[in-house]
Amino acid sequence: MSATAAPPVPSTQLTQPGRFGSTERFAVGAYAISILSALFLSGLLVAMTGGSATSVFDALLDGSLRSPGAWGLTATTMAPLLLVAVGSILSSRAGLVNIGQEGQLILGSAFAAYLAVRLPLHAAVSLPVTLLFAGFGGLLWAGLAALLKRRFAIPEVLSTLLLTFIAFPFTVLGLRFQSLLGDRSERVNHVNTGEQLPEDMRLPNLALFGNQIDSGALLAVGVAVVLAVVLARSVLGFKLDIVGKNPRTAQRFGISATRAGVLALLASGFFAGVAGGVLLTGGAASDRFSAGYSNNFGWDGLLVALLARNRMALAIPMAFVFASLRTGSSFLASTGVDRKITDVVQALLVLALLIPPALIFLRERRQALAATRERV
Amino acid sequence: VSDFLGALADIFSADATYNSAFQLAVLFAFAAVGEWVSERSGALNISVEAMLLAGAFGAAMGFQLGNLAIMGLLVGMAAGVGVASVQANLSHRLSADQFVVGLALNVLVFGLAAFLDSAWGPGPARAATFEIPLLVDIPLVGQALFGRPWPAYFVYAFVPLMWWLVFRTRWGLEVRASGENPQSADVSGVDVNARRRQTIYLLGITAGFGGAFVVLGQVGQFQPSIIGGRGFIAIAAVLFGGWTLRGTVLGCLIFGLVEAVAIAAPVKGYEVDPFFLDAAPYFVAIVVMMLFARRVREPAALTRPFIRGLK
Repeated sequence: MSATAAPPVPSTQLTQPGRFGSTERFAVGAYAISILSALFLSGLLVAMTGGSATSVFDALLDGSLRSPGAWGLTATTMAPLLLVAVGSILSSRAGLVNIGQEGQLILGSAFAAYLAVRLPLHAAVSLPVTLLFAGFGGLLWAGLAALLKRRFAIPEVLSTLLLTFIAFPFTVLGLRFQSLLGDRSERVNHVNTGEQLPEDMRLPNLALFGNQIDSGALLAVGVAVVLAVVLARSVLGFKLDIVGKNPRTAQRFGISATRAGVLALLASGFFAGVAGGVLLTGGAASDRFSAGYSNNFGWDGLLVALLARNRMALAIPMAFVFASLRTGSSFLASTGVDRKITDVVQALLVLALLIPPALIFLRERRQALAATRERV
Repeated sequence: VSDFLGALADIFSADATYNSAFQLAVLFAFAAVGEWVSERSGALNISVEAMLLAGAFGAAMGFQLGNLAIMGLLVGMAAGVGVASVQANLSHRLSADQFVVGLALNVLVFGLAAFLDSAWGPGPARAATFEIPLLVDIPLVGQALFGRPWPAYFVYAFVPLMWWLVFRTRWGLEVRASGENPQSADVSGVDVNARRRQTIYLLGITAGFGGAFVVLGQVGQFQPSIIGGRGFIAIAAVLFGGWTLRGTVLGCLIFGLVEAVAIAAPVKGYEVDPFFLDAAPYFVAIVVMMLFARRVREPAALTRPFIRGLK
């Protein structure tokens, strides 16, 4: 459960197993049925539009894992998704609903694009600096939302969304000026595209069993693992959880919910921005900034966080699944099914995975109520 | 500065500006007033964007059934209710987070509409224009208010109807009670979550109608980008209106006018950087909220899920 007032889930079981066996078995069954229904609905949709569900599934597997070099590309594509998800998890753990990652990410890409072609330093220095600067871009955009929330009481749900729609024309504006993002080379056709990154400003690749894996993927997984430990084991993570679960309790313990909220929102924007930088310097997208460069990476990263139910460690495999759908979708052309089907599959999975925890919560509640009635 | 004012005067003296302003305001009104009712019950639905898009696609598909605009409207509303029922039942029956559900629905419907559009590709769909005699001859705004495609006129009945529903019926009182103090409403015998679900169904109908209107009365054909974030502006209009009906409608008119000016400026031959034109509606929405968000009071239980026994 993320966001505002998520109902606390009772951790201890109060009664003997109910009608459907133990809670664990109920949970496994509920998750299995939900996921299968989502996949079944997706298959039905493909069949309805005259495609073949099995060949779509085959093509997705080929594109994401089986064809030569595919899983390396999938891992590379996972990096920005995971970084966005990591940030989203931080903000929703603190009880905030940042849904403007798409805008924060494209700002990050834009900031990276500006600096990457201008830093006169050695790549070993300028690459990290560029990524940090990208993070700063995302942080700035999320900071605007934080400011609007604190100074003007505008809910961050709305401000982050609306700011996303401003970020797009904003980067296009930058592309029109050569002093900002515009291409300074002599290329003829450079409307709405930026300057190509120099070769040494691309993230180094890791060669593994014939696959080229971006070092961005390692960075993303590293960040996720470190933050998973921080959230689970440190005072900081504990404070964040208190603020998210019950701001009033947090206040009584002397934790400022306002400050924690602002910091979480900034961190979330920062990671979305870094994701934008990794997208530009990595192998998942073009090495040339352009209008609409973010290409739904922000939205999808947010969905990864939702799918992982705000658990850092779980976000890693979920990001890999979403990356597979993305890389796999490029193989769909041969099946005659439009690649937008992967958007549908992703959203259906998210919706399907919302249902089991809610059912488990309601079931445990019912059992607890029944137990109190027996005692009276 | 005088150039700028002259340009504004020029734009504001053109019929076309008011035409497109009113067209957009109708879309905003159907979405925003429906959302207003729902927010009065304590539910905030960012899936209004998805409902508009579903309505638009439904309208384009429905229109193919005998080339009838009425079929387009009906199928559009049904599609809107379809999206609404997912939001309503997941958030206010199973108590899943309403923003998460709304966001997932937005992504789902956007993908679904784009996917089905490429698979089925519904053709053009347009409703006939109906001019109200005499009134249409009023200078400047006559055409805008009284020379519209016929579905637009429903807005004149729709807004008063919603006022009556919310402020003059028992149901409306229960809706407002659910939004202000769900615990009290609950012990008084009001089924809080049922009221919230019902307002979301109502929003599905109205937003579906609004989305259908964009296709039938404005663009004449479905495109995946046809709504393009206007649902979020409708939500901003409710906040701008301070959760009052007349404020919400005023917000719709203002946002409609802003976008109309942004459309009219390049047509009239004024050189404006496209950045300002593209960002204008969202920018104005934020500025307007900056001015008003502190001065208004939202329904006390807005965005708080209601689970009996939990505060």
